[in-house]
Amino acid sequence: MNRLVAIAGGATLVYAVLAVLMAIMPGIELSQVPPGPGVKPLSPIEARGREIYVAEGCAYCHTQQVRPLPVDRVFGRPSAPGDFAFDTPELLGSERTGPDLTNVGTRQSSDVWQYIHLYDPRAVVPQSIMPSFRWLFDVVAKAPAGVVPVPVPKPYAPANGAVIPTDDAKALVAYLLSLKQQPIPGAPGEAAATAPLAQAAPANGTTGGAAAGGAAAGAPAFDAADGAKLFAANCAACHGEQGAGVPGAFPTLHGNPVVMATDPAEHIATVLHGAQGKPINGVTYAAQMPAFASQLSDRQIADIIDHERTSWGNHSPTVTAADVAAVRAKK
Amino acid sequence: MNSSATIAASPHRDGDAGDRALARIFSAYTASATLWLVFATLVGVVLALKFAYPELLSGSPALTFGRLRPIHTNGTFYAWASPALIGLALYIAARSSGARLYSPKLAWVTLGLVNLAAIAGTVSLALGLNDGDQEYREWLGWIRVVLALGLVTAVWNLLATVARREGKDIYLSNWYTIGGTLWTIIIVVVALLPWYQHGLGQVAVQGYYMHNAVGMWFTPLSLGVFYYALPKLMNRPIYSYSLGIFAFWTNLAFYPLLGAHHFLFSPLPWWLQTTAIVCSVAMLVPVWGGSANFLLTMRGRPERMRRTPAAFILVGVLGYLLGSTQGTVEAFRSLQRVWHLTNFTVGHSHLTMYGFVTFAIWGGIYALLPRATGKEPNNLLMGVHFWLATVGVLIYVLALSIGGTVQGLDWIRGAPFIESVTDMAPYWLWRSIGGLLMFVSHLVFAWNVWTMTYRRARTPAPSIAPAPAGA
Repeated sequence: MNRLVAIAGGATLVYAVLAVLMAIMPGIELSQVPPGPGVKPLSPIEARGREIYVAEGCAYCHTQQVRPLPVDRVFGRPSAPGDFAFDTPELLGSERTGPDLTNVGTRQSSDVWQYIHLYDPRAVVPQSIMPSFRWLFDVVAKAPAGVVPVPVPKPYAPANGAVIPTDDAKALVAYLLSLKQQPIPGAPGEAAATAPLAQAAPANGTTGGAAAGGAAAGAPAFDAADGAKLFAANCAACHGEQGAGVPGAFPTLHGNPVVMATDPAEHIATVLHGAQGKPINGVTYAAQMPAFASQLSDRQIADIIDHERTSWGNHSPTVTAADVAAVRAKK
Repeated sequence: MNSSATIAASPHRDGDAGDRALARIFSAYTASATLWLVFATLVGVVLALKFAYPELLSGSPALTFGRLRPIHTNGTFYAWASPALIGLALYIAARSSGARLYSPKLAWVTLGLVNLAAIAGTVSLALGLNDGDQEYREWLGWIRVVLALGLVTAVWNLLATVARREGKDIYLSNWYTIGGTLWTIIIVVVALLPWYQHGLGQVAVQGYYMHNAVGMWFTPLSLGVFYYALPKLMNRPIYSYSLGIFAFWTNLAFYPLLGAHHFLFSPLPWWLQTTAIVCSVAMLVPVWGGSANFLLTMRGRPERMRRTPAAFILVGVLGYLLGSTQGTVEAFRSLQRVWHLTNFTVGHSHLTMYGFVTFAIWGGIYALLPRATGKEPNNLLMGVHFWLATVGVLIYVLALSIGGTVQGLDWIRGAPFIESVTDMAPYWLWRSIGGLLMFVSHLVFAWNVWTMTYRRARTPAPSIAPAPAGA
């Protein structure tokens, strides 16, 4: 009996001490980390949305932690301890089958896009393997007054009726749009923090010039590879990889009057400052286009615009970083 | 099976009420666990297919990926592996101590509590009720209290049974099974208490919890099965008893400290992460020591390896050795840069929870259950089970290890994220093929369990199925 007490008791005691050291003490200490600058508790509807996020197990495929590694720069600045002050239960996650969502409210700020994507992810990202969450929506014969139905593209929409988000869907989207990293004042990585989407462009400012110098007749005078990459990272989710948009939801860039215009000022201004409610070829789009002025450099915006102006059959005059700077200075 | 059949037949003494009660308990634990194995891995197959067909079963909220995934993981952990291991531990405690089980009644209570928790946990997860998306502790708090009560009753029974032992010494297996159960009660309680689990504090507790639940519960219980079943099957004592004791204490010293390696590069304190890496390396001591001990016990007896339950134990030992060593390698910061957050981790968890733990359970059940019930499984069907499961898990782990590397390299070269999804498609397809083979092997295993437990022996007229020729 004594031997049994010694072995079982000794092993339990050793383990209890280690559990206190490795779990309880760090837990106590880290539970008291104060919120970082600008980190605020969620509003009631956002908190309700977070509950749905947890209940549906979104965190099994989407992390909410940006590591201080180059590979994670595309998702935002590195996460700081103060970012998680109000995150209980924690949602850092262990797998990235889908992208990290730490900063998705900045990256994908259009609620229309979020609704379509939740209703059927493949309607906006054809290769997506995310489940569709149709039960978060009602299909009604006619949208009630004052309610804007979700403009689900034809092949993905129900045969009859309008798609209306339920309160749960509204809460979930409110939560997703609340996921915005707060800048850390004076942090050394500030430049990277304000340009979370700039990672696609390698930090070699000379490529543009090199490409221009070696450009043969007819070849674009900008960095076509960078333009395509930046477009894929920042624009393709709504406008489509091939710039065709999503009929009724997001405008096509093929033969788009702003893209075709010889004077690029409006094109540049739209990318810099975003747009909403502007009729394009007679169609008004409900979705809001985000502003990229604070996220991308003049050269990156020029590369994106030139990519759009020279792809998919578009042949419009290209622009330079100086043109972008000029439009930026006006406002 | 010829050689092991002769060993297996002898210890069953007809007419001893204690023996019959123990056999009934062992049978019930195994049968209940096996039903859950079939259910939870069917869910696993559905999950695997959803990667190729995202709209599969997408109509019902209960059948979406986010709800089925924790049903699969908690089901395999707490409804398959846990009761199967407790059943084995109870049998081993009684047999290795030369004593009757302390309380058969208490053993039934344990089984009832674990199953109650498993049913309540599965149903509530399907309804979208969980305690956060934190791996292996998604069950609501009160359900985990029920599970903890199951563990308390189990360890009570184990301790009281070993206290009745004939000699002074406590057989090594009981060190591992009793230690593992006591530690796990601490793990469950630490994870349940809410006071120190806010924000980042909860991340620290989660890092500890999810890894200790694996390494301080399933690992010691499985090793306990090795230490008892292997000498029985080899008909020789364990190669080094003291090496087994050394591995016990070193595992206890290093393992609890390594959990934070799941959150490398996270905002957790750097010292916590570094301690975890150092202890991950130190774990090579008990892992290699323990594995060598098992392999040396098997050495030079090929006739006892072939066509016997020892083949399952061999795979289990190799799964332990490879899976744990892989875990150490994964913990290095340099390699985490590639593999962390990719599907490589899913391959690793299947190499360990399946290649090691599940094979250890199968080896233990095939080696010991016939001794308890006097009913042998069909040798051919045991072989079919073995090969389907072995080939299946090999395909599964290889596919996700290669695919996870591709995924990680895609991210590093800055490809658009969706490319890491499309590049995974062929590997996910291979994963479902491997998973399907594993699932079919579980159906064969379920049949074999039926043969070893409730199926009528040859003497009365076979009522449900004819006895296979030459069984």
